[in-house]
Amino acid sequence: MISIFPSLLNGAVITFQLLVTSMFFGLIIGLIFAILRINKNPIINKFAYGYSYFFRGTPLLVQLYLIYYGLANIEFLRNSFFWVIIKEPYWCAIIAFSLNTGAYTSEILRSAFQTIKKGYIEAAQSLGVTKKITFYRIQLPIAIKQSLPAYGNEIILMLKGTSLASVITIMDLMGEARKVNVLTFKPFEAFITAGIIYLFITFIIHNIIKYLEKKYGFQT
Amino acid sequence: MELLSFGNTGWGDELFFATLMTIAVSIAAMAIGFLFALIFTPLKLSKNKTLNIIGNCYTTIIRGVPELLVIYLLFFGGTGAAMYVASIFGYDGYIEINAFITGALAIGIISGAYSTEVFRGAILSIDKGQFEASKVLGIKKNIQFYKIILPQMLRLSIPNLSNVWQITLKDTSLISVTGLVEIMRQSYIAAGSTRDPLFFYSVAAILYLMLTFLSMKLINKLEMKYSKGY
Repeated sequence: MISIFPSLLNGAVITFQLLVTSMFFGLIIGLIFAILRINKNPIINKFAYGYSYFFRGTPLLVQLYLIYYGLANIEFLRNSFFWVIIKEPYWCAIIAFSLNTGAYTSEILRSAFQTIKKGYIEAAQSLGVTKKITFYRIQLPIAIKQSLPAYGNEIILMLKGTSLASVITIMDLMGEARKVNVLTFKPFEAFITAGIIYLFITFIIHNIIKYLEKKYGFQT
Repeated sequence: MELLSFGNTGWGDELFFATLMTIAVSIAAMAIGFLFALIFTPLKLSKNKTLNIIGNCYTTIIRGVPELLVIYLLFFGGTGAAMYVASIFGYDGYIEINAFITGALAIGIISGAYSTEVFRGAILSIDKGQFEASKVLGIKKNIQFYKIILPQMLRLSIPNLSNVWQITLKDTSLISVTGLVEIMRQSYIAAGSTRDPLFFYSVAAILYLMLTFLSMKLINKLEMKYSKGY
């Protein structure tokens, strides 16, 4: 049990890297698509809706396979400089996870934007605040604060999602656990230890979000 | 399009049966999840501290570890555990557990944790007055549960159960790693033998989208039907 711990911890570091990188890109994608979703132009609106519908309606595994195996099939991508990125399973995983969490994040932010009381915006308008400043200084901070609890859940879902990276040969926590299982034929030790590490990370994330909620939480 | 034709030349019929398999696993998993939820919801609501902790452990652990981990644990550990149990009863042969059963059980345990939370929320949102009124009328505890609480709980939990169903449906794609031939596994095989992964994984994505879309429509209808009069 103790001898397998170091290798699992190495895997946990990779898992953590995957999580942080894809959450970072996912947040940017999510913010962009949330803004597109509340746009009044029906074409932009439909496009953003289609994006989030596709990524929320299909399993993460399909998305991962589409990007890892599927994109390599396109001739011109293979000849372009993108090949440097998509030939690496690590970056494929990051692309898939970012796009996936981006879709969920955009939904979370959109609902936060839509639940902002009209009164705030009207008050800003009557005070002569420009649209741009209203958005950056009033709507955006409120939306981010309101979506904290839901976003915390999304981080935990994504942590669980990163375990799929092991299917495309990345040695994250799950991948290391699988290796230990294959080498020692002790499935219970390998997977239960990995499970405890996952639970520990979940616990930490949960508490950080709880703390942030307490500190910055927004009550209407 | 030739690749999707039915018969020996195309993958249409294989993918069709794989879709049926996905639906079958999802329904089996959802049913197993209900069983787990029916056991653990009372535990989570019980006033007994120990029972409460058992219920909380189940939902916290299962919702905190990756789905893949539960599947691997059952898939690799299940055979060993079954053989160990059988050896106690004096059977020493090799036992192989069916991939369908392992998969449905693994996904069922996961969806059970989510269903438990949904049922708990639904029961908590039932007005306290109803419990008190039925007590005043002298209705026995188990009749109170079956005739008053359960019907309301089911109605209140339909919207959230539809989310659980979507999660379960998408989680079944993970069973493909154990070799059960559902949509994901079949597309993997097809992609491997035709060397056209982009096409087959796109087909898989469309099949999943169709399933989620259709089940959404169906559940909306159910919800309309049962919320009549509210």
